[in-house]
Amino acid sequence: MMDKLQQLGAATLGVIERLGRGHIFIYYAIKGFPALALRPNLVLAQVFSTGVLSLIIILVSGLFVGMVLGLQGYNTLVDFGAEESLGVMVALSLVRELGPVVTALLFAGRAGSALTAEIGLMKSTEQLSGMEMMAVDPLQRVVAPRFLAGAIAMPLLAAMFSAVGVMGGYFVGVGLLGVDEGAFWSQMQASVEIDEDIINGIIKSFAFGIVVTWIAVFEGYDCVPTSEGVSRATTRTVVHSSLAVLGLDFVLTALMFGE
Amino acid sequence: MAENDEPLVKIRNLHFSRGDRKIFDGVDIDIQKGRITAIMGPSGTGKTTLLKLIGGQLRPDQGTIHVDGKHVHKLSHSQLYELRKRMGMLFQSGALLTDINVYDNVAFPIREHTKLSESIIRHLVLMKLHAVGLRGARDLMPSELSGGMARRVALARAIALDPMMIMFDEPFTGQDPISMGVLVTLIRSLNDALDLTSILVSHDVQETASIADYIYVISEGKVVEHGSSETLQRSSSPWVKQFMEGLPDGPVPFHYPSLDYADDLLTGSRP
Repeated sequence: MMDKLQQLGAATLGVIERLGRGHIFIYYAIKGFPALALRPNLVLAQVFSTGVLSLIIILVSGLFVGMVLGLQGYNTLVDFGAEESLGVMVALSLVRELGPVVTALLFAGRAGSALTAEIGLMKSTEQLSGMEMMAVDPLQRVVAPRFLAGAIAMPLLAAMFSAVGVMGGYFVGVGLLGVDEGAFWSQMQASVEIDEDIINGIIKSFAFGIVVTWIAVFEGYDCVPTSEGVSRATTRTVVHSSLAVLGLDFVLTALMFGE
Repeated sequence: MAENDEPLVKIRNLHFSRGDRKIFDGVDIDIQKGRITAIMGPSGTGKTTLLKLIGGQLRPDQGTIHVDGKHVHKLSHSQLYELRKRMGMLFQSGALLTDINVYDNVAFPIREHTKLSESIIRHLVLMKLHAVGLRGARDLMPSELSGGMARRVALARAIALDPMMIMFDEPFTGQDPISMGVLVTLIRSLNDALDLTSILVSHDVQETASIADYIYVISEGKVVEHGSSETLQRSSSPWVKQFMEGLPDGPVPFHYPSLDYADDLLTGSRP
């Protein structure tokens, strides 16, 4: 019994200690942001590898999610003779929820895991240690640009996901199922609010971008420097950031849309 | 170099442990300017840990380390980084950045710490690479280099900012005889030509003894012997004699502590 209690206590302390390390870690990385203003190329290169290289998976997923929404939405709405509201339904689902959330989950799998593996391997091959001994702070040189780039790339990717999703809903709803084109677009235009829906969606995706990238860079930096350690850290990145995104989504949704 | 010169690195009463295991238990070491000082000892005695302590990457439990008169573990983050600009370190793996080529690896510290124009950086990089004999390999990626070449590139990078000292972590491990000879010659000639101070951590007795001006032998957390290589060869300590001559049995037994051999064989099943 005491053993079990002791183990529970030790595990809890371990989690709290790790959370503390994660916060100190990101504090020092953020302190490196001003220096990045003088070297925007470091950030641009990372925006390319986290953002641009994730584009294909984001766009293809967005298209299919939009098409499925169009199909499912039509089948439900047509029962109530409300199929002309399909545009609103598709757009609101995407902008408020699916755009930020699905993009964040895909981003965690595509870019997050890559960031963890890259930084973890740099650690296990002593490249980070080598930088420290060359008086180059790896938190500022390696972590800061990647963290900033993730936070920049995520809202842009989510916006593109939603835009392509709306097009997917349009192809299925208007193109295949015969929903009136004018109604599709005009109802969407009338019902989707900039501040209520779009801005909130952007805030969500920005928050997800910060959380996913933070977890990814920290897991890489904090991993056990062996091949097994890097592989565990990569798995943890995907699992933890997916859970964090879904949990945080509930909290943000409750704050934004809960009356 | 007079003997009474203030040492460049002064280690006093160093204690360090990992978990319950004591790595250093009251170690005193002086590294004199302009010399090659070797730290030797069997694997797992914490030789690499010692370099990390000198470089401020680890903190001692007790004791002090002064480098060029500065107390390493009382410096602020920025002061420590200023000091590190004057310390080169050669990692066992080379620790080259794998996503950029040899040229950019050597240019990396220069670009990070100076505002020199690219044409001057080019001259500097080619000079450093020429010194280690790899000017022609500038366009290769680290994955295309042999172990010995990677260490030479890392050496060129370590001297890129003209440091006052270089720390070598096991530079000879896993090298073929030719690479070994090249590295031995390079370490000696660069130390003398650039007026460096070198700290060489190694367990390759012959190579190290051939270039080191002074040797410390560490075992079980303590300095067991120090002096020039001739002094060590003449040491009366059976332990030092076993280590220097590479004898398989002696004070460090061949067998890991175990039950009596006959008893062990006769006990039938596995415990």
